[in-house]
Amino acid sequence: MPSRRRGDELSIRSARPLLLACLLVIAAVAAAVTVTRAGMHPATKAGDGFVLSGRCPPSFELMAGGTCELRDRYQFYDSLQGRGVGGTRTSLPPHRDGFRPQQIDLGRYLFFDPILSGDGTQSCGSCHRPDRGFADGKPRSIGVHGRDAGRAAPTLWNVAFLQSFLWDARASSLEAQAPGPLFSPREMGNEPARLLRSLNDNATYRRLFRQAFPGSGDTITEADVYTALAAFQTTLISLNSRYDRYAHGYAAALNEREIAGLNVFRSFVARCAECHTPPLFTNGQVAVIGAPEPAGHPFDVGAEKTFDAIKLRGGFKVPTLRNIARTAPYMHSGAFGTLRETVAFYNKGRGNAVPPGETLYLHWHISSPDLTATELGLLVDFLQTLTDEAFTPEIPQRVPSGLPPLDNPKESRT
Amino acid sequence: MNKIVKTVLAIAAIAAAFAGGAYLGRASKSDMVITSSAGGAEYSGGFKAEGEAAEKVKAAANAGSLKSVAGAPGPHSVVVKDGESILQAVKNAEPGTTIRVMPGTYSETVYIDKDNIRIIGVIEAGRRPVLDGKKQLNDAILYSGNNFVVENLEIRNYKGNGVMGQAGNNFEIRNNVIVDTGVYGIFPQLGQNGVVEHNVVSGIADAAIYVGMSDNVHVAHNEVFDSVAGIEIENSRHAIVENNYVHDNSGGLLAFVTPGLPIKTTQDVIFRHNFVVNNNTKNFGAPGSTVAGIPSGTGVLVMAADDVVIEGNVISGNKVAGVIVTDHGHAANITVDPESEPNSDRVRLLDNVMLNNGYETIPEGKALLLAEGKGGKNLDIIRVGPSPGSCIVNRHQYVTAGVGDFGECDFTHTANVSTYLLPPVPPRRSTSASAARSRSSASAAAATSTTAA
Repeated sequence: MPSRRRGDELSIRSARPLLLACLLVIAAVAAAVTVTRAGMHPATKAGDGFVLSGRCPPSFELMAGGTCELRDRYQFYDSLQGRGVGGTRTSLPPHRDGFRPQQIDLGRYLFFDPILSGDGTQSCGSCHRPDRGFADGKPRSIGVHGRDAGRAAPTLWNVAFLQSFLWDARASSLEAQAPGPLFSPREMGNEPARLLRSLNDNATYRRLFRQAFPGSGDTITEADVYTALAAFQTTLISLNSRYDRYAHGYAAALNEREIAGLNVFRSFVARCAECHTPPLFTNGQVAVIGAPEPAGHPFDVGAEKTFDAIKLRGGFKVPTLRNIARTAPYMHSGAFGTLRETVAFYNKGRGNAVPPGETLYLHWHISSPDLTATELGLLVDFLQTLTDEAFTPEIPQRVPSGLPPLDNPKESRT
Repeated sequence: MNKIVKTVLAIAAIAAAFAGGAYLGRASKSDMVITSSAGGAEYSGGFKAEGEAAEKVKAAANAGSLKSVAGAPGPHSVVVKDGESILQAVKNAEPGTTIRVMPGTYSETVYIDKDNIRIIGVIEAGRRPVLDGKKQLNDAILYSGNNFVVENLEIRNYKGNGVMGQAGNNFEIRNNVIVDTGVYGIFPQLGQNGVVEHNVVSGIADAAIYVGMSDNVHVAHNEVFDSVAGIEIENSRHAIVENNYVHDNSGGLLAFVTPGLPIKTTQDVIFRHNFVVNNNTKNFGAPGSTVAGIPSGTGVLVMAADDVVIEGNVISGNKVAGVIVTDHGHAANITVDPESEPNSDRVRLLDNVMLNNGYETIPEGKALLLAEGKGGKNLDIIRVGPSPGSCIVNRHQYVTAGVGDFGECDFTHTANVSTYLLPPVPPRRSTSASAARSRSSASAAAATSTTAA
């Protein structure tokens, strides 16, 4: 089963368990080979060519138990109270891993398969596009019925490290988050019964789920769908940007302007790092910052509703800034088209975009920092150093439903 | 002359005795408990180092070297002279370098993203090296490395911080003069095991010394004044604040939980043997800042922090109150945090000297006094909001409001607790199995890090 945290397993194994581990690996490889062969066997109706990978994605190690565990350089460090916030060499927050490679790969097929939407026109990948930083480049996503989803698609990079999900923090796991977009009429517009029917009617999916969830029986369940989607999303790891190389000790990874930008970023004048805290560049909290809604859009109460707390009115989750240069436009409703406009918003003074008549309890770090134009430019330069898409997964050429994996393949693959 | 004084004193004594008697008459249901703090029970709570660390703490205490948490100086040393750059020296330095800075004026931001760097000012006949931000630069010293030491500097006219730390462990910030450096004077954040001592900090728009989200910190022998907040312990654990002179700020000593931060608690703080005097400076905190809500005239403020011991301080001339204990619900400008416990649990008010506090208190204070039949008196201690498990020693000595349900404390002193500091804690090395498996590549990374600035 997936673990919520990296374990405290023994670091040194005696020779006997090591041997056992080798045997298990061999067994796993053998099993993978068997599956590949079985896939070609007519009796399994697997002439469809879909095979789940038995290998873990890059940055993950295949463990003896057949699960994948994350390996990253930040694991050499620790952090105060284990909360994963701090400075350059600080460990990351607790993360999700421990899924089987087959679950991860099944999640990849599901993620890109429009069969998950009510009318078969949108996949998760329609709004979380690999070529757009796993956002969609739109101010607010557009659902299957052409409706404005109300908020921008957040990036999925490094979601393995988050403790709460959706802009208003109303879900506490990836699994709990999944039904939100799947069944919202403003987003993918599906219904649980229809989703399960369409998957269970598909022989390929039935076979792949059996392979990914050997103990789960013959019928595809909602829980297994969510687990597979979560398994895939937790492999979207972006921790090897130029900033990271600087943080680990290679000073030349950033140029002088970028380092100056880092120093503006973490200074208590700008206070960016107080909420967008390294190494994840989010502290995982809800903050009321008073970002504007686009013209004609009603005020979004955000986390007020989630926590039934008037003081969190207009509060949203602090988003990660990793790959931020790839995910314009910005803020919960896409109010700003560029990073420059976004940093300028924070510089225009506390509450500069709060609508008349609204009383918001703005976060105390929202101040009036009076940064110079030069400093704003340095900030933007620094934000560009947080880009790392080396582990972008492969978009399947085709998915088990036979539908096109993305709603607009031409646009997506440019 | 002498006789007149004696007579006046005698009359005053009679009057006091009469008033006291009347009071005791009314309060006779609960007898006055007079506790001597000399030789009383010692504090059994608080942080205790464990295992090997405990032995080292004991050994260090016996050797008189408790305040050295950054380890011994490294083998390298360079000198920076007036006209040169401290930052350039840091960039060139290998970990383990002591950078001696000669008197002169240096106008730069010095950031330290590597371990074991010491920046030590050389004071010549009273002349210090001066870092001058000219109100253009943001921060003077910005460190994220471990085992960082900064001493003997004079830091002026920055916009953000004098010294700011982000996650460095084992820090020593000592003997610096910091004037008008913007938001904070000295601000270690997200670090463990650090000393802030013998600094003189003034003219700061938020807290002169602000320990934020840190563990095992010792703040001692500092003078902090003319700032909005003197010394603030926020979302931190195991802090001792002792022997500081905290005067002429808007608020003197603060122990807070600020909502919305990733570290959710403030716990185990000892405020002892400080002078907390005349903290009546007009609050010039930035609108919206947490400290902007502190009433000017506050000696000690505890908000949502747990296990705070207040002992042996001289708290005088603070016009709103000597000590305020409150919670998130009663602080108007504080947001909420579903994950933060909003009350100040187990505040322990041991013997303190309180003089002439609360002579111009806030309406809430007046109302509470009135409700308790103490209208018109000068308020020493006020508690607003739940504060379960709290206690007070010799309550009869003070004018109090809202502490009726505080019990007697089961200890009278913390003399047995000399420090919460540790021997240098390992610099951010993971003990997890995954790291251990690939430690060899970590060593390689460390070997290449000598070029980092």
